[in-house]
Amino acid sequence: MTREMTGAEMVIQALKDQGVETIFGYPGGAVLPIYDEIIQQDGLEHILVRHEQGAGHAAEGYARSTGKPGVVLVTSGPGATNMVTALTDAMMDSIPLVCITGQTATHLIGTDAFQECDTVGITRPCTKHNWLVRDVDDLARVLHEAFYVATSGRPGPVVVDIPKDVQFATGTYQAPTTNPAASHKSYRPQLKGDAQAIRIAADLMSKAKKPIFYTGGGVINSGPQACQLLRELVQLTGFPITSTLMGLGSYPASGDHWLGMLGMHGTYEANMTMHDCDVMICVGARFDDRITGRLDAFAPNATKIHIDIDPSSINKVVKVDLPIIGDVGHVLEDLVRIWRASSLTADKTALKEWWSQIDKWRARKSLSYRPSEDLIMPQYALQRLYEKTKDRKTFISTEVGQHQMWAAQFYGFEEPNRWLTSGGLGTMGYGLPAAIGAQVAHRDALCIDVAGDASILMNIQEMSTAVQFGLPVKVFILNNQYMGMVRQWQQLLHGNRLSHSYTDSLPDFVKLAEAYGGVGMRVHKPHELDDAIDEMLAVDKPVIFDCRVANLANCFPMIPSGKAHNEMLLPDEATDEAVANAIDDAGKMLV
Amino acid sequence: MNAQSNPGAPSIYFMAEVSDKIETHTLSVIVDNEPGVLARVIGLFSGRGYNIDSLTVSETEHEKHLSRITIVTTGTPMVIEQIRHQLDRLVPVHRVTDLTVEAQLASQDKPLERELAMVKVTGTGEKRLEALRLGDAFRATVIDATTEHFVFEITGRTSKIEQFIAIMKPLGLAEVSRTGVAALQRGPEGL
Repeated sequence: MTREMTGAEMVIQALKDQGVETIFGYPGGAVLPIYDEIIQQDGLEHILVRHEQGAGHAAEGYARSTGKPGVVLVTSGPGATNMVTALTDAMMDSIPLVCITGQTATHLIGTDAFQECDTVGITRPCTKHNWLVRDVDDLARVLHEAFYVATSGRPGPVVVDIPKDVQFATGTYQAPTTNPAASHKSYRPQLKGDAQAIRIAADLMSKAKKPIFYTGGGVINSGPQACQLLRELVQLTGFPITSTLMGLGSYPASGDHWLGMLGMHGTYEANMTMHDCDVMICVGARFDDRITGRLDAFAPNATKIHIDIDPSSINKVVKVDLPIIGDVGHVLEDLVRIWRASSLTADKTALKEWWSQIDKWRARKSLSYRPSEDLIMPQYALQRLYEKTKDRKTFISTEVGQHQMWAAQFYGFEEPNRWLTSGGLGTMGYGLPAAIGAQVAHRDALCIDVAGDASILMNIQEMSTAVQFGLPVKVFILNNQYMGMVRQWQQLLHGNRLSHSYTDSLPDFVKLAEAYGGVGMRVHKPHELDDAIDEMLAVDKPVIFDCRVANLANCFPMIPSGKAHNEMLLPDEATDEAVANAIDDAGKMLV
Repeated sequence: MNAQSNPGAPSIYFMAEVSDKIETHTLSVIVDNEPGVLARVIGLFSGRGYNIDSLTVSETEHEKHLSRITIVTTGTPMVIEQIRHQLDRLVPVHRVTDLTVEAQLASQDKPLERELAMVKVTGTGEKRLEALRLGDAFRATVIDATTEHFVFEITGRTSKIEQFIAIMKPLGLAEVSRTGVAALQRGPEGL
């Protein structure tokens, strides 16, 4: 189909042809022609955010919770620069995002015009690819290519920068090609893994005595089918499985073989199993520094198999023995098929011994904490939140910090795409817009942003978006009045000198919620918590739930930076008994 | 099961020897000649802290709008492998070839590498004559001259150019412009 239309019309047509139903955006001078088209059409819903960064994270939440690309529309200059954090976030966590930015008219580019910035220059290192479209006849092709690049291979964010005169100009629209993979000149991600390598992997696995699956966000990016295959493979082999922060939900937390998350705040059993394993099957994860700890002591005796769609992930930080480049879903399918066809079996005797060792590590109960009758322990709050919401279709997003790690530790994810968190970049302010994005995509679902009192203030303005669009997101703030993770590090590393990690003048979150037109709630005592959570869930409006928790609770277990997996700091060894005593006002003064 | 597998060995699959030795490699990168492509390549190097010793770029296939970027870089084998994969990940990049590795695989010392330099030498009398004699010895061509200067054009391996410049220094070296390294694989095959 080719038709004459304006550049602005092409944008709308291309989005519709790509199956887009929702976009997140904020208008401005350089995108007015596109906004003029938006108001004159049906079928494409526009969610007006309050800050462009919010649009970016909302689109990430939408993408992560649906598996579809998130789409953002913002103006030139500050609109584009405000997107940079969200683009970088999506880049680090491999989230497919298509960001359309307006640009000053082509004849003004380079003149320091009003709201001009070098958008493609600024976003070059934080996108998978970007384009400045100078000719309206290129626009449709570029937009379709943008969707293909964002969603295929290792997903990521892309930017299409469209000068205002190109939006007004008339040109020929081209519909998407049916097979973009075959028609692209230079970009062809490898999906199928090398068959020989997969056979070797199966052989290694069948001979392993102390195996482990170490899985990551790549499994979720690959799709529900990949998660199903992973579950099947774990069942077939009987191997233990752990996951990174980004991969939670690909294997159910209630599964028999689940060890919990690994890494800096992972469980003792997950990290010890990693350290002592003899065969490691890394599936769609990238040996991040939060996972490996001290590199020269990382799984020293393991033969490492690494399945990843991105060749540059192989041997980036950890030298692996058997790389398999390909899409996780494709490779797992072949692996399961070969395992079955060759009638391979795991070494049952060795596995039994391995599991009994793992059970000993489990018995350390590394996630235990000292309960309190007077104070809400943050871990307890999350356990109650989990119990109250686990039987519903629930999406959990987080901000960044202690609450994020506790949510990862204490909220059990049974399904992929239910957990939305900023893993790589660690962006405070991610959670509320991400929950809004998820809620837009799943109107009937429960979308909760587990937040900290500091993080939530970084994009609190999006409460206004939630209220405007009737999106009943729940903001569950574990309020300890500290930037808890900053403080924890200051305690560990800086002689307990708590430089600027205490927030003296927090807003009244209840009144703040009400000011935005939402509902505010506050809870101080553990015995009030269950009823309050029920009440929160019953409200069909955005809620800010100010959960006052033990101020000085710290997040354990922990691999202190620079230490190995088997050098974890466990909660019973960490002196946090001060927590319960130090929360009175006098104690605060001394801090 | 396949007979080649050898699960006992620490390395069982096309893995290069682990070495922390710093090596110099010449990479050939075929890219779409579109705006910003060079910025993507050099931004990748600066952003990830890789070295560029030399960089040469020009459109080499006009009908297809393809350019060839030749980069000389240094790093450990692991870093050089990373550079290759990171370059390959850029959308407008068609192909990345490590010419140094290709040469090694073909049991050759190095790929064909040449660079061109223009060297301006000023002076009179004996020094001027000596410069001309040495230019001859290095097969440099005089492309501009007055009674007080010569501009030599010299082509060759980087080491030859370095040597020529060093020799010209005491003879009145005034200015140098160099193209950087262009490189090709030896033998009948093209990339």
